[in-house]
Amino acid sequence: MNVTTTDVVIVGAGGAGLRAAIAIAEAHPDLGVALLSKVYPMRSHTVAAEGGAAGVTKDNDSFDNHFNDTVTGGDWLCDQDAVDLFVREAPRELTRMEHWGCPWSRESNGRVAVRPFGGMKVERTWYAADKTGFHMLHTLFQTSLKYPSIKRFDEFYSTDLLVVDGRCRGVAAIDMRSGQLHLFRAKAVIIATGGAGRIFPFTTNGAIKTGDGMAMAYRAGVALKDMEFVQYHPTGLPGTGILITEGCRGEGGILVNKDGYRYLQDYGLGPPDPWPRKKAMELGPRDRLSQAFWHESRKGRTIDTPHGDVVHLDLRHLGEKLIDERLPMVRDLAISYVGVDPVHAPIPVRPVVHYTMGGIDTDIDAKTSLEGLFAAGECACVSINGANRLGSNSLTELLVFGARAGLGAARLAAGEGSHASETAIRATAAVARDRVGRLFRSTGGGESVVGLRREMNATMEAGAGIYRTDESLRRSCAVMNDIRRRYASIELVDKSNVYNTDLIQTLELGAMIDVAGAIIVSALERRESRGSHQRLDHEQRDDQTYLKHSLAHYVDGDDPRIDYRDVVITRSQPGERVYGGKAT
Amino acid sequence: MSRKPYRRPVSTSRWWLAQPRYIRYMAREVSCVFIGAYTGVVVVGLLRLSEGAAAWGAFLEALQAPASVAFHLLALAFALYHTTTWFNVTPRAMPVQLGEARLPGGVIIGAHYAGWALVSALILFLAGG
Amino acid sequence: MSERQVDLEILRYNPETDEVPAWRTYRVPCQEDWVVLDAINYVKDELDRTLSYRWSCHMAVCGSCGVMINGEPMLSCKAFLRDLPDRIRVEPLANFPIERDLIVVMDDFMAKLDSVKPYLVPREEKPIEDGEHLQTPAQLNKFKQYTLCINCTLCYAACPQYAHNESFVGPAALALAHRYNLDSRDVGRAAREDVVASNAGIWECSFVGACSDVCPHDVDPAGAIQQIKIASTMDYFKDLLMPGRGR
Repeated sequence: MNVTTTDVVIVGAGGAGLRAAIAIAEAHPDLGVALLSKVYPMRSHTVAAEGGAAGVTKDNDSFDNHFNDTVTGGDWLCDQDAVDLFVREAPRELTRMEHWGCPWSRESNGRVAVRPFGGMKVERTWYAADKTGFHMLHTLFQTSLKYPSIKRFDEFYSTDLLVVDGRCRGVAAIDMRSGQLHLFRAKAVIIATGGAGRIFPFTTNGAIKTGDGMAMAYRAGVALKDMEFVQYHPTGLPGTGILITEGCRGEGGILVNKDGYRYLQDYGLGPPDPWPRKKAMELGPRDRLSQAFWHESRKGRTIDTPHGDVVHLDLRHLGEKLIDERLPMVRDLAISYVGVDPVHAPIPVRPVVHYTMGGIDTDIDAKTSLEGLFAAGECACVSINGANRLGSNSLTELLVFGARAGLGAARLAAGEGSHASETAIRATAAVARDRVGRLFRSTGGGESVVGLRREMNATMEAGAGIYRTDESLRRSCAVMNDIRRRYASIELVDKSNVYNTDLIQTLELGAMIDVAGAIIVSALERRESRGSHQRLDHEQRDDQTYLKHSLAHYVDGDDPRIDYRDVVITRSQPGERVYGGKAT
Repeated sequence: MSRKPYRRPVSTSRWWLAQPRYIRYMAREVSCVFIGAYTGVVVVGLLRLSEGAAAWGAFLEALQAPASVAFHLLALAFALYHTTTWFNVTPRAMPVQLGEARLPGGVIIGAHYAGWALVSALILFLAGG
Repeated sequence: MSERQVDLEILRYNPETDEVPAWRTYRVPCQEDWVVLDAINYVKDELDRTLSYRWSCHMAVCGSCGVMINGEPMLSCKAFLRDLPDRIRVEPLANFPIERDLIVVMDDFMAKLDSVKPYLVPREEKPIEDGEHLQTPAQLNKFKQYTLCINCTLCYAACPQYAHNESFVGPAALALAHRYNLDSRDVGRAAREDVVASNAGIWECSFVGACSDVCPHDVDPAGAIQQIKIASTMDYFKDLLMPGRGR
């Protein structure tokens, strides 16, 4: 087994991972950075984000506004010290991106333009047409090429953290091309592997979003925080789940049911006019919009299609010129994948899983409870998103906490951090060798990766969807436990070494099974409704008992143990989430 | 270790037969042979002109031979093909931006055709006069 | 939704067991709104777990899934079965070495990208406190088209120059250099010139234009290369006539 020694290992080369790498390279050019990713950086799912990245710029806006919008949007489950830091750093990070060449869309005077976005009082979402994630990712990747200290290991699938003497000192990863296990020995490790939307059957997420890094940290003893909070984006294409950006609604798009009625006014988001209007109707928060769809569907007011029921996103009144300038990719996606030209007809959409608010428990400095381990981006939970994330906060989050993770890891590596011996590293790698090796042995077990994956998808959607009950969660918990048990007897069909994707998919399934367990049990234990976690059997928010983060602790072969930690409340006491109303 | 990347052989002589767009490209490139040959004919013509009326007359006679006519038709076809394909790509090679928007490609291409027509008219006028 | 039987002929290659790649045919029951990627996923899920290929976003923005479909480089996630016959040949992207099945070796492409210094070289270091560089919509529109490249390398698969000469810097890398050269905030054109305006750079291009034909996002790398040729030629003559001018 090859061992590469470096100073900092970063697992995941999306927005957060690249930002962390650049932060280290700029502040400490003498430190070596090994940037591992199971895909080439340009393929990271950051690339698919569309609408924009939030940061206060306008004179009539304020950090307080961004803070309040975020905390309210998160149903008061956000750690307010972290949100304060986040909103203050946001404009600086976005400006830094501009300095690195990011092609932000502009006002006619040359200043960066901003668009309105869901749940935000004042427009502050910086955007690059409707391909913001794409432009940010490519800007970060291209900028990272400036630094010789960043060494990339593309198409390396990380399987395990290497923990020596209670400190995280490395990562074991499969070099996908040769199939060989490769050990990385470092003084600090950053996980930036993204979310886990592929646990669910209908998702905007690409194939790679399988929660690998969350599972790695979880198995190494780091808690997964707030896992029950899974965001359904209100407007995904039926069938493929392809994302249709919130930016459509930011530009004035409306949602109507089968009667052509703007139904959101029935769910506390009205009145419908004047339109567009911030924080009202279609610019309400994502959890409310997805929940409204669920109710409309129950009432039989949605439109049936071969790929499930939908509502209509109508952009016709925006006009061809605006659509081509600000939403060109949306137009192309709608024409290609559902045969609808939004200039002439409304787009069929439905809620699909989009984002995991929960993740690896980190503090405000992106540090985890495991010495030497940091995490940032969607895989982490600081928490600034709380129970429901506002659109366009996560692209900014990648930058703010990616940078913080990078600087924190660099400080450790440059200061008191140290390497474990190569012998110790090789010894701890036994876990990784075993995890991979046991898949190659003959079990005659007859379990299939595809079968288990489909069962997991089905039970998660049924039990832990937009609305949950004790019964639905218990049932899914039992199914997931059964799936976990059966996973142990999976035998690979493909036992080759070179680029074995049967192996990778099987390992990804293992990660998803562990993460799904955390989601279900956390949801079961939270007997209240808050943000995107809605219980039909506990419909009220219960701040007395649950103004706390849930922490899921991995228990090998059993359900996770859940305990709680108080949310950091500084200046915003939990109140009522008010949307709609008159124009402000 | 067990990697063995495989390089697929590419035919150096027949690659252009694989796709219609490659065949069209080769036709465009081959046009230079005909245009070059035609240029040769024109140079010979000038030479004959300088040699006096008899030589010039013989040259004109030779031009009317069937083989010569066939060659000239072919050369004209290739020259036209080269010209039209060239004109069509000019907006991509020399985009003109006025304010925020690019000048429509048709305008640039149209200007080339217009210029061609103008020069042709001028030459014909001078030749006829 | 009606089903359609499609014969997917896929070029398979396992370096550990095969001397050369070989075709295998799979019969796939397809839905009418499927793309080729959906059919390939069906093969892997239901028929043959050993098939390896790259994909992720399924919305033509990550650039992973480039393959040859009936001889044409395409993104398998945007190749609609409704536009294809019942017999579909799927091979790895041309002009790259095959690693395994539909997976090609990307090393040369990554190196080419790196070689053109594809990052902003600003006039001066600007403090964050000073805010953004001003850039009008007109200035943005000058280079916007060339920012759209998703690095899918379909253009390299289409380019006969790259097919015959691996040292060619190639369409996507040159278009990316052009993107930065045209960006009003960048002054790096001279620094890129060694590689871009070299014999292995723009001058290897004979404007076949196949790259732009197959580009899924209308980046028009061929147009970009010709523009660089003109700019570079003008630079050459300016340097000749005005030696020692600053750039």
